[in-house]
Amino acid sequence: MSTTSNASTSIRVQQWQEFWFYFSASKTAVAGLIFLILVILMALFADVISPHGPAEQYREFAKLPPAWVEGGQLQFFLGTDYAGRDMLSRIIHGSRLSLLAGCVVVVLSMSIGVLLGLIAGYRGGWVETLIMRVMDTIMAVPGLLLALVLVAILGPGLLNAMVAIAITYTPSFVRLTRASTLSELNRDYVTASKVAGAGPARLMFISILPNCMAPIIVQGTLSFSTAILDTAALGFLGMGAQAPIPEWGTLIAENRDLIMSAPWTVTFPGIAILLAVLAINLVGDGLRDALDPKLKRS
Amino acid sequence: MSKQLIKARGLHKHYSISEGFLQSSKNLKALSGVGFDLYEGQTLAVVGESGCGKSTLARLLTTIEEPTSGQLSIDGIDMGSVQSKAITKQLRQTVQMVFQDPFGSLNPRQKVGDILQEPLLINTSLSATERKQKALEMMSLVGLRDEHFHRYPHMFSGGQRQRIAIARALILKPKVVVLDEPVSALDVSIQAQVINLLVDLQKELGLAYVFISHDLSIVRHIADEVLVMYLGKPVEQGPGDVIFNDPKHPYTQALLSATPSTNIKNKRQRIKLTGELPSPIDPPNGCAFNPRCQHANKSCTISEPVMDTFGKSQVACFALDEGRI
Repeated sequence: MSTTSNASTSIRVQQWQEFWFYFSASKTAVAGLIFLILVILMALFADVISPHGPAEQYREFAKLPPAWVEGGQLQFFLGTDYAGRDMLSRIIHGSRLSLLAGCVVVVLSMSIGVLLGLIAGYRGGWVETLIMRVMDTIMAVPGLLLALVLVAILGPGLLNAMVAIAITYTPSFVRLTRASTLSELNRDYVTASKVAGAGPARLMFISILPNCMAPIIVQGTLSFSTAILDTAALGFLGMGAQAPIPEWGTLIAENRDLIMSAPWTVTFPGIAILLAVLAINLVGDGLRDALDPKLKRS
Repeated sequence: MSKQLIKARGLHKHYSISEGFLQSSKNLKALSGVGFDLYEGQTLAVVGESGCGKSTLARLLTTIEEPTSGQLSIDGIDMGSVQSKAITKQLRQTVQMVFQDPFGSLNPRQKVGDILQEPLLINTSLSATERKQKALEMMSLVGLRDEHFHRYPHMFSGGQRQRIAIARALILKPKVVVLDEPVSALDVSIQAQVINLLVDLQKELGLAYVFISHDLSIVRHIADEVLVMYLGKPVEQGPGDVIFNDPKHPYTQALLSATPSTNIKNKRQRIKLTGELPSPIDPPNGCAFNPRCQHANKSCTISEPVMDTFGKSQVACFALDEGRI
């Protein structure tokens, strides 16, 4: 008995080694992953590593430039905003909210979108027509505008902003999944599973879905980064995270009056958004290459 | 007399095709009036051009689709009368299928072991170890090694993939295997290996094959019975040697004359068919073969010929009925 369990664990290890082998073939993906891990660690240990509290105000040090600029102080490394709050600490704490927003939006929109897309593609008929026309209706309204309307109905706040953005992202997942499902549905291996007696659930989730995952994963990572962007945009417009919360978009919004006099207060949150989005996109590309067995060179 | 496994009488399958919004749908007669008997250990070859309904027949036999009309009984049970799920499940295990393209018929995301175990997982209540044991047994039966168990299909050649597909079809211990052009996607050298494997398995396990093909040299090699189809209708049916040595229907004659032969003395006059295969949505009046037939006359364009017995085979042809050929 122990030999079989050893065999299965060694297979699992082997699978991971194989995955890592293909993933690490892309240096940019590894760089993106390392940066993403740093951001995640930063978000997890924000309280430990940030030099000051995110809301702590040092009135006497308001609008202080970054440490390497003349007049800057080392204890406020990236400078301070209009109220004398440490920018570095606020950005570090902001990473929590941005990552959370990305995760929640992607998990919500992807799970709903993939499920609806699979059902639409597999069932066809009026079910498909109903689902797809509803999705067309959602897509007919510009995404950010729809999110704004939804937040206006639900009330401003980070959670409502995430739900609203998730709703605007769902149609792209539905369309993508339905298209892949339709192209896979008539393949012989699906018929083979049918001949073997597989039911609809098994056909949808075990035969078809894994073969549709590559474009969905890419769409998911792209959505993760655009979700961070859109949450920031809603925050910037005052409809997302509310003012004292150090969300990256809100940070830019509350300091936008200072863009001429204290540009660092807007620049550094912007750079944080840029780097996080870039890293996630790089990881997404690497994941796609590593997860698709057809792309493997063996 | 060996046991009768499939009895088909007058099978029809029609699909309705809508040509777009606001247009009335048309009827595509993929299969009309196919009937045959299949006995244990026997091979029935279904022959014809592409689009003649061979694959539709396969879908009916594997119970993926139901016939529009006609009687189909599998292993003595009439499919039309089956209500309970248990019997459907049992019938499903009786008829299994091997597909034409081994690159499309294996799920690229599943390992060989999982592909082979899937039918067992769905249809039996065996434990994981028993399933694995059975899958490994089946792999050695079709000439795959144990270490192939954890590999993905893309790591195999076409011939090996077709062996995996055969193993998957056989793992439920079926009595009938529908082979839908099982070797046409393979290299000629591999074709022989796979055909020999199929012949060996048939002897060993007493399987009955429905062998769908357009390659007549292979059909000649393995078929006991031959069914020649044209545009969804059977045109000639009979024992393999009779059909190959004495083809009666003009279409069968044309098909056979197109097969290359290595024997120069046996060289036949090549009968060239002109024109395209007509569309099954809009078939010609009368005998479906009349626009391309050199023996056609007026009676062929008026009504459809029915199968009549000539010697050991059955042929549907007016020219033959009237003694014109």
